[in-house]
Amino acid sequence: MSTATAKTEPEDVVLAAPDQERLSALLVGQDRPPRPSGLSASLTFGWRAMLKIKHVPDQLFDVTAFPIMLVLMYTYLFGGALAGSTEEYIQFLLPGIMVMSVVMITMYTGVAVNTDIGKGVFDRFRTLPIWRPAPMVGYLLGDVLRYLLASAVMLSVGMLIGYRPEGGVLGVLAGIALLIVFSFAFSWIWTMFGLLLRSEKSVMGVSMMVIFPLTFLSNVFVEPKTMPGWLQAFVNNSPVTHLATAVRELMAGNWPAADIAWSLGWAGVLMVVFGVVTMRLYNRK
Amino acid sequence: MSTELAIETAGLVKVFGDNRAVDGIDLAVPTGTVYGVLGPNGAGKTTAVRMLATLLRPDGGSARIFGKDVVKDADAVRSRVSLTGQYASVDEDLTGMENLVLLARLLGHSKPAARNRADQLLDGFGLSEAAGKQVKNYSGGMRRRIDIAASILNTPDVLFLDEPTTGLDPRSRNQVWDIVRAVVDHGTTVLLTTQYLDEADQLASRIAVIDHGKVIAEGTKGELKASVGAGTVHLRLRNADQRAEAQKVLALALNADVQLDADPVALTARVDGQSTEQGAAEHAGRALAELARCGITVDNFSLGQPSLDEVFLALTDKKGVAA
Repeated sequence: MSTATAKTEPEDVVLAAPDQERLSALLVGQDRPPRPSGLSASLTFGWRAMLKIKHVPDQLFDVTAFPIMLVLMYTYLFGGALAGSTEEYIQFLLPGIMVMSVVMITMYTGVAVNTDIGKGVFDRFRTLPIWRPAPMVGYLLGDVLRYLLASAVMLSVGMLIGYRPEGGVLGVLAGIALLIVFSFAFSWIWTMFGLLLRSEKSVMGVSMMVIFPLTFLSNVFVEPKTMPGWLQAFVNNSPVTHLATAVRELMAGNWPAADIAWSLGWAGVLMVVFGVVTMRLYNRK
Repeated sequence: MSTELAIETAGLVKVFGDNRAVDGIDLAVPTGTVYGVLGPNGAGKTTAVRMLATLLRPDGGSARIFGKDVVKDADAVRSRVSLTGQYASVDEDLTGMENLVLLARLLGHSKPAARNRADQLLDGFGLSEAAGKQVKNYSGGMRRRIDIAASILNTPDVLFLDEPTTGLDPRSRNQVWDIVRAVVDHGTTVLLTTQYLDEADQLASRIAVIDHGKVIAEGTKGELKASVGAGTVHLRLRNADQRAEAQKVLALALNADVQLDADPVALTARVDGQSTEQGAAEHAGRALAELARCGITVDNFSLGQPSLDEVFLALTDKKGVAA
C-alpha cells in the first residue's frame, strides 16, 4: 500500500488574526454531549478509514491489481498441469485463491496501524473519553470494505475466465461472508504486530514470515493427498485449509458444516487472543 | 474562581531504561490559571504532560486532575482534558473540516451538531477557506490553529499545550498567545510547556523550571526573578581601558559578580536588593557615585528586573539556588 502522494509545499498564506469576540463566543455555553456508544465510536473511526481511502485512492492497488494478478498467474501457470485444463482448475482454485489473497491483504492493517500510531493524531484519540478498542475496530471496519472489494474483483475476473459457482448468488455471498468474518478476526494479529514492532519494515517482514507459510501450506492450490504425512497433518489442521474448504463448498452449493464451524471457531479464538493482546499494547503504548 | 487544584502531582516519576526522564515532580496548579513548565529540550516536560494526559503510565508517585487519579480514573480525567501535542495532533490525510467533524462525532455530537461546531470553529480560527484542504498542505501556523481548535471542540477544563509555538513565526506565535488568553478567560486551566522564557513570561502566572526531570525552581514570575537578584545593572563606559577598574569598583560597591559583556565598553552586574534594607536602586545609585568618584565616565546606565532568560541560565547553571 502506498500513501506517497505528491507533497505540495504548504502555502504561506498570511492568516488573519482570529477575532477575539468570535473566539470567546466559541468557548461559552456549550453542553457536553454524552459520550458515544462503543459501536458509534467504532463506526466513526470506520468513516475515517473511508475518508483516507478517498484522499489516497492508490492504497486500493493491493486489493485490485494484486488479486487480479494472483488469479491469472496461478490459473494459467498450474491449470494445465494440475487439472488438465485451466477451466477445470479455476473451479477448484478460485475460492481458494480468494481466501489466500484476502488473508494476505489483512497484513496491511499492521502496516497502517504502525505508521498511524507514530503520528500525533493517535495521542488525541487516546486522550478521548471513548470505548478504548474503537480506533482499532474502526481500522478493521475500513479493511472489511477493502476485503469485500478484493473478493468482488477476484470473483469477477474468475467468472470472466470460466469460473461457474454452482451455489449461485446465495452460495457465493455465504462464502464471501465467511471469508470476511474470518479475515476481520485474523486482522487482530496484525494490529498486535503493528503496535508491538518499531518500524513499518519490521511489520512487513514479520507479516511475510507468518502469511506465506500459512497461506501456501494449505489446500488452496492442490488437495493435500500427495503431500508427506507430516505436512498433511499441518495442512489438514490449518485454519486456512478449513476456511478454503468451507468457502469452496459453500460456493459450490454445499453446506460444509464442520469446516464452517472450524473457521468460525478459529476466528473466535484469534479475535479473543489477539484482540486482548492488542488492547493491552494499545493501553500501554 | 475556586481555590480547588486543577492539577496536582506528588513525586511523579517516569523511567525509560536507565534514564529518569521525570524524577519526582511535585506540581500544584490552581484552577483557572496558566501554569508554565519551562525547561530545555529533554528536561522531561513532554513526558510529564503525557502522564498527566493519561498517555503514559507513571512509574512512581501520583497525579490528579480535579482530584481524579490519572491511572485509576483515567476515563474521568479524559472527559475533562485536552492535549495539543508538540506535533500536530490531527490527521494529516484528512481535511480541516473532516478532522473537526471526526473528533466532534467521537465526543458524542450528532452529525448536524458536529458539522455546525466544526463550521463555527473553522470560522472563529480564520480557517474557513482552508476547510476543504488536507491538513498536510497547511502551513505551520494553520496546523497549530486547527490543532487548538480540535482541543476546544468541547471546552476542556484543563488544556495541555506542549510547546505550542515551537517553530512558528512571530506573527503566528502572537496569534496562538491570543487564543490561549481567550481560552483562559473562560475558566480553562492551561498547562503550558515551553523552552521560551518570553512565552512563559507573557502567558503564565506561575512557572516551574524543570531540568533533568526535576523541578529546580517554582513560583510566580516575580518570585523567580527576585530569587536571582532584585535587578540587573547594565553599564556602558566611554573608554574601554577603564573597564577593568570599573569592574573592581562595582564588585566592591554592589558586593556582586560583575560580568564583562562582549561589547568592550559594557558591563553587567546583578544587584541584590533583598538581603539589605536598601532597595536595588539605592544600591545601584551608590555604585554609580563611586564610579564617578574614581573618574570613570559612564555613558549609559540602566537598572532593570532580570529577564527570565537570566533567571533560567542562573538556575540551570547552579542547581538548587531557589528550589
